[in-house]
Amino acid sequence: MSLKIVANLCTGCSACEPECPNDAISELKNIFVIDPAKCTECEGDFDDPQCLSVCPIDDCILPLETEAAA
Amino acid sequence: MESAAASYVSLADLKSSGNALAVTNEAPSHSGCGTKGGEGKASCGTSGGPDDMPSHIWDKVKNHPCYSEEAHHHYARMHVAVAPACNIQCNYCNRKYDCSNESRPGVVSQKLTPEQAVKKVVAVASEIPQMTVLGVAGPGDSLANPKKTFDTFRMLQEQAPDIKLCLSTNGLALPDLVDEICKYNIDHVTITINMVDPEIGAKIYPWIFWDHKRVTGVEASRILHEQQMKGLEMLTARGVLTKINSVLIPGINDAHMIEVNKAVKERGAFLHNIMPLISEAEHGTVFGLTGQRGPTAQELKAVQDACMGGANLMRHCRQCRADAVGLLGEDRSAEFTLDKIDEMEVVYDLDRRRSYQERVEAERQAQHAAKIEALSATEVNELTKDIKVLVAVATTGGGRVNQHFGHADEFQIFEVSAGEALFVGHRRVDLYCQGGYGEDEQLPSIVNAINDCHAVLVSKIGACPRDELVGAGIDPVDRYADEFIEKAALSWFADYTGRVARGEITHVPRGDASIRQGAFTAAA
Repeated sequence: MSLKIVANLCTGCSACEPECPNDAISELKNIFVIDPAKCTECEGDFDDPQCLSVCPIDDCILPLETEAAA
Repeated sequence: MESAAASYVSLADLKSSGNALAVTNEAPSHSGCGTKGGEGKASCGTSGGPDDMPSHIWDKVKNHPCYSEEAHHHYARMHVAVAPACNIQCNYCNRKYDCSNESRPGVVSQKLTPEQAVKKVVAVASEIPQMTVLGVAGPGDSLANPKKTFDTFRMLQEQAPDIKLCLSTNGLALPDLVDEICKYNIDHVTITINMVDPEIGAKIYPWIFWDHKRVTGVEASRILHEQQMKGLEMLTARGVLTKINSVLIPGINDAHMIEVNKAVKERGAFLHNIMPLISEAEHGTVFGLTGQRGPTAQELKAVQDACMGGANLMRHCRQCRADAVGLLGEDRSAEFTLDKIDEMEVVYDLDRRRSYQERVEAERQAQHAAKIEALSATEVNELTKDIKVLVAVATTGGGRVNQHFGHADEFQIFEVSAGEALFVGHRRVDLYCQGGYGEDEQLPSIVNAINDCHAVLVSKIGACPRDELVGAGIDPVDRYADEFIEKAALSWFADYTGRVARGEITHVPRGDASIRQGAFTAAA
C-alpha cells in the first residue's frame, strides 16, 4: 500500500516532505514523489497520512491503487 | 513543543518592555495616532519620525521601508522565496497560481534554496546600495519552513551583516520559534491576523495542519488564534517590533477589525496594516470563486480611520509579491533571476553601501527639514475648517509633486483639511501614457481609482485627460509642480475653500473609488 503524488497537480511546495515518518518523499524536477517501497500511508505512526493532511491541493495525493484502476 | 506550553505574558510586563505603542500612542482616539499639536502636522503611525518614538525604536525603523512611511521613499527591500510550504489554508490564497504580471502576497515565480537566496541578496545589495532589508515572506509561511528560513538568515548574516532581517508568518508555529527568531537578531516580524474570534476565523481558514492532524472548522481557528496571540505577546516581551497584517474581507471581518486592532495593540503590536482583500475569479481562490468581493477604497479607509486610535496604522503597503525586489511599489525581480545573477560579477562592498546610505540619509533629512519649513508658512482658513477632502498626487519620490499624470502607475492619496494634509494611502493604476501617447482606454480606470478625490496634483498633464478629469469632477492641478506634496495640497485646499467661501463654487462630496484588483506590472 502506498500513496502517490499526481505530478501535474503538485506545486512543489515541499510541505509534505518533512512530515513523512518514513522519508519516502523526495524532490524530483521541482515537484515531489513518493517512493512506494517506503510509503506505509502512515499506518502505525499516525491516524491520517501526513502528506495528504498537509497538502494544499485537493486530490493531489491519492492511493496508488486508485490511480492504477482508473 | 515545550515552549508552546509557556503562559501568556502579563500586560504589565509588556508595558515595561518599552514597546513603541505604549509610549507614542497616548493621543486621544479622535485625533489619530500620535498626532502632536503645535505644528499642525500629524505624524500618524508610520509617518512618525525621530521625535515621535524612543531612539532605540527609531533606530530600528528609520531605514525599514515597511515600518516607516518616510523610509519607504528612500530605502528598498527584497523578499526571497525560500519558504514554499504552508501549514494553514486561507480562503484568499491559491497556491497553484503564479503569474509574473501579478503582484500580491503569496505569489512567486521562482522558489530558491537558501544558498541561491543568499547569492541573490548579495547580488541585489551590490547593485542597489539602498537595499537595507531582506524579508522571508513565503510564498508559503516562513515558519512552516524553519530550516530553509533560518539557514538563509544565518548565511546572509555571515556575508552581509548590515542587512536587516525580517519575516512574515501566519503565527501558527510562532511561539515555538521565538527563541530562534531572537537568535538571528530578527527585529521585525509580521503576523497576519485576520480575526480574534474563531467563529469568524472559520469563514476565512478552512483548515490548519496542527500536531500531525488536519484540523478544520472553529477548532482550527481557535488554535490559530491562540498561537497568534501567544506569539505576539512573546515577541513584544523580547522587544521585537511587530507588524500585524489584516486582510479586510467585507461581510466577514470588516465590522470585527476594530476588535482585532484593539487586541493586537493591547499585546504591543507596533503597526497594524489593514489591507484590502484581492479577489478575482481567475485567481482560483475560494473567495474568488464564491464571488466574495474586496472592499472599495472608501470602505477600506473607513475601517482604517476607525482603527486610528488603536495600533499605529500602516497606510503605504503595496501588497508586494513574496519575491519582490526594490522600493515599495516597484519590482525589479526580473533583473535578478538566477541566470542573470550567475552572469553578474558580485562584489559586496560594505563601505560603498555605507557611504551611499549616508548620502541617502542626508538627503532625506534635508527634505524633511525643507518640508517642515514650507509647511510652517501655511495659513489656516477658519471659515472653511470643516471641509475635508481627498487629493491624489503623482510623485516619483522625494516628497514632491513631480510626476507627469501619464507616467503615474500609482497615486498617493492625501486627506486635506484646514492646516493638515495627511497621507492616507495609495491607488494603483495602469500607466496612462505609454511611449508618449495617452492610451484613452486606460483613462476611465484611472478616474475610477481616484474618483473619491477632489483634485489630482501632477507636474504636467495632457489636454485630453485634463478634459476627462474635469468632466468627472476631479480638478487636474499642475501649478504646484515640484513643490512639497503637503505644501501643494494645502495651497490647493486654501484656493479651493476660498472659492467655496466666495460662492464661486459649491463644495460637493465625492463618490467612492475602486481598488485595482488585477495585474500590476512594474514598468520595464
